[in-house]
Amino acid sequence: MNRNPQLNKHGELQHLLTTEGLPVSILLHILDTAESFAGVTEREVKKIPLLRGKSVFNLFFESSTRTRTTFEIAAKRLSADVINLNIAASAQSKGETLLDTVNNLSAMHADMFVVRHLQSGAAHMIASHVRPEIHVINAGDGRHAHPTQALLDMFTIRRYKKDFHNLRVAIVGDILHSRVARSQIHALTTLGVPEVRVIAPKTLLPSKVERLGVRVYHDMVQGLKDIDVLIMLRLQNERMLGASLPSAEEYFKYYGLTQEKLSLAKQDAIVMHPGPMNRGVEIDSAVADGKQSVILSQVTFGIAVRMAVMSILAGN
Amino acid sequence: MQRSISYNLFLTVTMQLPDAEQLLAALTERLRPDVGETDVMIGIHTGGVWVAKRLHQALGISSPLGVLDISFYRDDYSKIGLHPQVKPSDLPFEVEGSRIILVDDVLYTGRTIRAAVNEIFDYGRPACIHLATLIDRGGRELPIAAQYVGAILPLPADKMLELKQESDGKLSLGVRDICLPEK
Repeated sequence: MNRNPQLNKHGELQHLLTTEGLPVSILLHILDTAESFAGVTEREVKKIPLLRGKSVFNLFFESSTRTRTTFEIAAKRLSADVINLNIAASAQSKGETLLDTVNNLSAMHADMFVVRHLQSGAAHMIASHVRPEIHVINAGDGRHAHPTQALLDMFTIRRYKKDFHNLRVAIVGDILHSRVARSQIHALTTLGVPEVRVIAPKTLLPSKVERLGVRVYHDMVQGLKDIDVLIMLRLQNERMLGASLPSAEEYFKYYGLTQEKLSLAKQDAIVMHPGPMNRGVEIDSAVADGKQSVILSQVTFGIAVRMAVMSILAGN
Repeated sequence: MQRSISYNLFLTVTMQLPDAEQLLAALTERLRPDVGETDVMIGIHTGGVWVAKRLHQALGISSPLGVLDISFYRDDYSKIGLHPQVKPSDLPFEVEGSRIILVDDVLYTGRTIRAAVNEIFDYGRPACIHLATLIDRGGRELPIAAQYVGAILPLPADKMLELKQESDGKLSLGVRDICLPEK
């Protein structure tokens, strides 16, 4: 591949499709810009005129509440016009192809597409197809990537831990089906986190996951030692084909995060979860609602981070 | 243009920039009789914050200094994109009904001030905003004027006036040539 399809010829961000291969300077620019947007929420007028007159289309081919809502709030805080399309219930069910749908929306003068699709590579395909003045943000494609989730997680980690260069981060659970985990691993290693661990049963790990630069653990007791940041992943029931697991109860016994297991990590470790949570499956309610949980902060920071991504893209 | 020729002449003949510390002292004395106890001050990133910090201290303003980064309100965003280093704005006081002294280092086209005023109004409706700048270099493109000025120093468009802050906090002025985009 000769060029990163996310960057324009000046090396600036044209689309956000994945955190893989993004230079550290662009990641930090997004995080720094998001810091400035975080304060907008506390003002009298929670709006900035940056994207006035621009149209942002939320194309959700797969259902989502949190991600779609926070993208919508982010676009509205930037003064853009937001059009939400629940595609599953419309044209595609009548037989229209993905690119025909995109062509029609482009003809309505879209400036930005926020795309969620159950097929890996869907956002990438749309990005390679649209006119150069249109920007595409991947809001999750299959098992591939979910870059804005990873970025808001990096923002959260930096808020609580200040610096990436002395951290041990553990990602626990269903790595195999998780686009979030992939995007997090790329972002964490690019930002200089020296040790990223994945903790999961063999059946929930992709083959050769070590190639991403992570250490593999199958046991929480060993894996959580000296950890600063725990990222719990949702057990993705809807993506499980066949029997990867004996039962949810047994999963909770070995990999569910309880106060007892959390005490194996550092005392000031933070607990994160991209949501939606399965309480009693991958995380105990006492931990999810406990002092070390920053799960709701992640949601709040998600708005500022998405505002930063949109305003950087629309300006390039 | 007759005017710009005379400015050029001024620079090439003298090449002498005023001393920023003297301008700051003059600006402080101009502000002093008018600054009330309840007035608040806001500096615009980056040079404006340097000047505002010094004025804020010298005038003994009681409420903490506010800072603005106007990157989100610039009118050239659609042309040049987002500024690569946006800093958070912080107005640690009630804007609604307040008397504001807005501070910048150099007043030029007036577009920065327009953006700053727009941003301030998104925090609330102030009673009034007065503008104080170290230097007014002319070249206004909007109907904006400063109420308090350290010095008026008209400069042609191909000169860029820069405020610098030394490690000991002292301010100084520099001027350099810039390439103008073809109209």
